[in-house]
Amino acid sequence: MKIGDHEWRLDSIGPHIWRGSMETGQLLALSRAVKEEGGQLVALWGSDDRHLNGGFGIHVALLTGLGLAWVSCVLPAEAPAYPDLAHIFPQADRMQRAAFDLLGITATDAVDERKWLRHNAWAASEFPLRKDFSSLAARRSPLPEADAYPFIYVQGDGVHEIAVGPIHAGTIEPGHFRFSIIGDRILKLEARLGYAHKGIEKRFEGMELATGARLAGRVSGDSHSAYAWAYCMAVEMATASTVPERALWLRALFLEIERIANHLGDLGYLGNDVALAFGFMQFWRLKEDWLRMSIKLFGHRYLFDCITPGGVATDIDAAGCAELDALACRIEAEIRELKIIYDEHATLQDRFADTGICKPELAAQLGLTGLAGRASAQTWDVRTQFPQVPYDRLDVNMATQRRGDVLARAEVRFAEVYESLRLIRDILKRLPAGGIHAPLQPAQAACEGLGWVEGWRGEVVVAVRIAADGTLDRVHPHDPSWQNWPLVEMGVLGNIVPDFPLINKSFNLSYSGPDL
Amino acid sequence: MSAGILLQVAQTLLAILLAPLLMGWVNQCRAWLQGRSAPPITQPYRSLRKLFHKDAVIAHTASPLFRFAPYMKFACMALAAGIVPTIANDLSFSPAADVIALVGIFALARVFLALAAMDIGTPFGTLGARRDMLVSFLAEPALLMVFFTASLISQSTELPIIVATLAHKAFAIHPSLAFAAVAFWMISVAENARIPVDNPSTHLELTMIHEAMILEYSARHLALIEWAGALKLFTYSALGIALFLPWGIALQGDIAALPLALAAIVAKLAVGGAALSFMEVVSAKVRLFRVPEFLGTAFLLAVLGMLIHFLLEG
Repeated sequence: MKIGDHEWRLDSIGPHIWRGSMETGQLLALSRAVKEEGGQLVALWGSDDRHLNGGFGIHVALLTGLGLAWVSCVLPAEAPAYPDLAHIFPQADRMQRAAFDLLGITATDAVDERKWLRHNAWAASEFPLRKDFSSLAARRSPLPEADAYPFIYVQGDGVHEIAVGPIHAGTIEPGHFRFSIIGDRILKLEARLGYAHKGIEKRFEGMELATGARLAGRVSGDSHSAYAWAYCMAVEMATASTVPERALWLRALFLEIERIANHLGDLGYLGNDVALAFGFMQFWRLKEDWLRMSIKLFGHRYLFDCITPGGVATDIDAAGCAELDALACRIEAEIRELKIIYDEHATLQDRFADTGICKPELAAQLGLTGLAGRASAQTWDVRTQFPQVPYDRLDVNMATQRRGDVLARAEVRFAEVYESLRLIRDILKRLPAGGIHAPLQPAQAACEGLGWVEGWRGEVVVAVRIAADGTLDRVHPHDPSWQNWPLVEMGVLGNIVPDFPLINKSFNLSYSGPDL
Repeated sequence: MSAGILLQVAQTLLAILLAPLLMGWVNQCRAWLQGRSAPPITQPYRSLRKLFHKDAVIAHTASPLFRFAPYMKFACMALAAGIVPTIANDLSFSPAADVIALVGIFALARVFLALAAMDIGTPFGTLGARRDMLVSFLAEPALLMVFFTASLISQSTELPIIVATLAHKAFAIHPSLAFAAVAFWMISVAENARIPVDNPSTHLELTMIHEAMILEYSARHLALIEWAGALKLFTYSALGIALFLPWGIALQGDIAALPLALAAIVAKLAVGGAALSFMEVVSAKVRLFRVPEFLGTAFLLAVLGMLIHFLLEG
């Protein structure tokens, strides 16, 4: 694989997915080359490989012009350390800190060495993702002493702090936000997440492949299909199993249904956050129709467990196709009417425009991804550039904006809803005949695979390693919220405090996804 | 005299008891206009009953001021409701305060609530108090200007005299009052924490103005504040009706006119409430720093009304 002037020893292990292992020094050089080429770091995670090669592993997934490169380095068991990547890719910062909290592997010379995911559930000297850590023993032992988290203080005349959360007035996920403000103007925002830690990565260890799909789908409930598909893609790659064509098309159908449901909800919430309850009610009425269609045709409002390793669990018949097609047409007509109302509402436009701007240069520097990235001219969409079956035959149009404000993110959502509705109708028309499920090939030896799917929020990556006995050894699901949370903190700067909920909602990031 | 006192007590009680009904009506209209099924019109009473049955939770850091503020606010609003003529004019309480003192009564309630909000020491309380003061220091002069415009016609700042003058007169179009009425509507929206200035039904604590101040209140204290809020909306509506649409009100000592007056005020409040909910449904909340522009416009309209009085009606 050629990146920059150098030929890197990476093997293609699937469409647009590359795999390689190298020395930590080479990893640094590769990262620089990818950055120079305009690529990004998508994910960074660690693994405890002492039972395999006597050391730890550090893994990065890099987005290049040729696809996703999954690169690993072996770290020594004693004092495992690797060179800091955050000075090349700032988005690596929190991932590195999380990797330390979970596995005790250190990024040398990192600027920020504060804890990230660890609060008070385990001691600083314990690393729950190591194989020798027992969750049961930890649960029985008393809680460790709380150690404070040093926030960055802003000083000056009239500067004060507002601490919000982790418990909020609404029923939303937990997150703590520390605002430093003058009057109502935001000088600095620092988020503190990690209140939703469930030990999912630990839970994957030793799990059967089929059960793993159910757990993977529950990493962040609003992205169920994206995670389930990415997991299944990884498992099928690892076991070299083939999936019936019809199942792949149905997976794309589920993913687009999920995208529309989330975008409809968000467009309603954006209206609600500027107190235009009319928009909220209308979009949520449409979302409700959409979800009821899902439960009627596929048995679950959010399509849970419809995607399974080896295929899908539910099929759609001709009558179902006709019904879905009719609903898609009706919803599209209604959304177009609602968009006119949003477009012509002066106060709403005033609130949306120029609020929470993430400039394209900043977005590129910090690796803003997914929907929010496309609203800031980061033109990456896995479905368009690195399409898997069936997207390689669907010709997805990417929605982009340059303004990077709340309005741009709303516009991208509208455009993606229209595009997804078009894709759904296209998929329904061209759905190939045949079976929807084929059993997985049994794993003969330890093997690994990676799934890469454009979820509604952004790219979801799931890396899987299967042990020789056919159970899961290490699974890392990566949520796009990892990269995007820091951009929320940057986007609110200079805005006023009452606009924060609107800006936050325009990103609508997951708290659970980056906190496994 | 005793009949006057009886009528005064009856009117004040009526206002206190009917205020939640107006709130319920506004909420109901809002729900219908948004295309959802509405809660019953008596829902605010049920909420109040629920809150009165709960145990109050009060922060350890709260001073007696925090406990006292809800009673103060309720008392102020009840007093204001007694002064503003709703069904009968020139009641025994009316000489107690003219329109300028009425503005003072509203201000007193607000100051106590703002102090209580800051007393508790949470960032939201301070935030809300600060924002509420920003809104009210702009709304108050505009409200005074509206009153001055109205009092210019009757040559008095006494509410009964203003109302009597306007209600007695043969129907005449006062351009100055038209300006003042629009200004009064805008001020009422701001003062009662309605859209587009504030959102009474939001759960986003960072965007709140009035709600942020009362986040720490619970049970009977919260019930009193909610009730006082409903009473404030009722009083403002009654005030607007008395100033700009007084026809139908029972004049002094006219007992026979009371049933008609009652019917008239109920009809006017129903129309006014529906209009308020309609405005709320079609508007979005403005950015906080546009509120000064909104209230500045109200002030400007009130001043224009006054100038027009001198130009056209003087």
